[in-house]
Amino acid sequence: MSILKVSKLVKRFGGLLATDDVSLTVEEGEIHALIGPNGAGKSTLINQLCGELRPDAGRILLGGRDITALSVPARVDLGLGRTFQVTSLLDDATCRENIAMAVQAREGLNFRIWDAVAGRARLWDQADAMLAGTPLAARSGTPVNDLSHGERKQLELLVALARKPRILLLDEPMAGLGHVESQEMIERLREIGAQTPMLLVEHDMEAVFALATRISVLVYGRIIASGSVAEIRENADVREAYLGAEDELC
Amino acid sequence: MRIAFALLAAAALIALPFVTEAAGQPALLSLATRVLIYAIAAASLNFILGYGGMISFGHAAFFGVGAYTVGILFAHAGSEPLFGFIPGSKQMLITLPAALVISGLFAALIGALSLRTGGVQFIMITLAFAQMLFFFFVSLTPYGGEDGIIIRRTNDLFGLNMRDKTTLYFVILAIAALFFALLWRVVNSSFGAVLKGIRQNERRMAALGFAPYRYKLYAFVLAGMGAGLAGALMANFLRFASPDMMHWTKSGEFMIMVILGGVGSFFGPIFGAAAFLTLETFLAGWTEHWQLAMGAILLVVVLGTKGGIAGLLAKLWGARK
Repeated sequence: MSILKVSKLVKRFGGLLATDDVSLTVEEGEIHALIGPNGAGKSTLINQLCGELRPDAGRILLGGRDITALSVPARVDLGLGRTFQVTSLLDDATCRENIAMAVQAREGLNFRIWDAVAGRARLWDQADAMLAGTPLAARSGTPVNDLSHGERKQLELLVALARKPRILLLDEPMAGLGHVESQEMIERLREIGAQTPMLLVEHDMEAVFALATRISVLVYGRIIASGSVAEIRENADVREAYLGAEDELC
Repeated sequence: MRIAFALLAAAALIALPFVTEAAGQPALLSLATRVLIYAIAAASLNFILGYGGMISFGHAAFFGVGAYTVGILFAHAGSEPLFGFIPGSKQMLITLPAALVISGLFAALIGALSLRTGGVQFIMITLAFAQMLFFFFVSLTPYGGEDGIIIRRTNDLFGLNMRDKTTLYFVILAIAALFFALLWRVVNSSFGAVLKGIRQNERRMAALGFAPYRYKLYAFVLAGMGAGLAGALMANFLRFASPDMMHWTKSGEFMIMVILGGVGSFFGPIFGAAAFLTLETFLAGWTEHWQLAMGAILLVVVLGTKGGIAGLLAKLWGARK
């Protein structure tokens, strides 16, 4: 059974068909990459999958369960994890506290008004354990405000993982990263992908070709092609519509 | 160092009645008592405003409801039960919990409706609810209407002589100390962490699985209960409850105390309440247009300090180290 199944999703903004009858699946053990030119409707699609936007028609199934009408937090509770294109974190809080919040959410301690200090210390230990061995280990007590762009991208991924999602929706995890950071991120995603299936929205073709087990191409809200890396590289429509006839395909 | 500072503050608060008596300034004791009560109200507003990011402009509603709970229960003590079945009471051990429950219920109702909005709408709708309550009590003639309700005697507690100003001061000091101890735990609890997270980034919190509305409502109810407690104490102190206690200008005063003291700082509301009431007392002694001077001072604090009096103290503290 597909962990994520999207069928015949439609979203209109006035006269604009932003999502045009989109169907796709993410299987266990899969990194499914979604590519497409700017304005193709990738973010609109992601936002519908996460629950920030309601589709006009179609269904979204998570592990066989219909989540089309559920709120963002309810979907998260069912195992949908995400990262944002522009990182969205608790900016005044430290790295440790950001992760601790995710651990706390997972454990459901949220209405406890009586567990000061001792309770937080335990969550912080768990957060530090997650940070250990990552490039952020030394930044545990640093507020997000003082982190570099690349560090924020890494932290957001850790926060999403701390929630122990069944599937990850990654909205351009490479955006704005330098070459070295990108290589690290690709390695990191490969490790994570071995355990957690992903829907990867990405512009960086090198990353997509390095990671994806399947690629779907979104143009003007429609999926015009879907297949393996080799198939997409060879697909004439894709070259025409997205990559540009003359574009180098690595 | 911190503990030493806390002990010093505690010693000063305990010694205060004896100092004012020795100095022949009984008015200062009454000022200190009011500071304690307003500090509770301001801290409860700071809980939702500073920690939760909810700019409620109707916080005095719960202050007034707490005060009227004491007043109405007193009016029925030893006579007809309220609504025919709720007996009145003069016992603080009954009236204070009653005020907490009733103000919490009002906060649940008002919060459930107003938290569906945000931003400016939230400010306006909380203001509107508070004004509705204000006009309701103005027209509630069985309990004094706009003149308010007189409470002939302060509530009884453990056979203490509550008419004695010093005794009442110590009772209120003990309750305030308890309140701030509880508040400290709540602010630093898991729930407190969620609340601070929602203020910083609601979208992020939703992406972690937190439905913000429920947490905000819970905080709103807790804050309403805090204000209700302060109102109940004020009714006991003034031996009087009136619609003015829930007028929008009172909500404004609470907000000024929070801003003066430092938004989102734990001890800020205490400094804010002390500064506001002291300034009010002395400025009003010089001129009836004291609010003009207060406005100027508020302007300086907002523009000139990062984080009010608490922020200023923290800066001085940091500079000394």
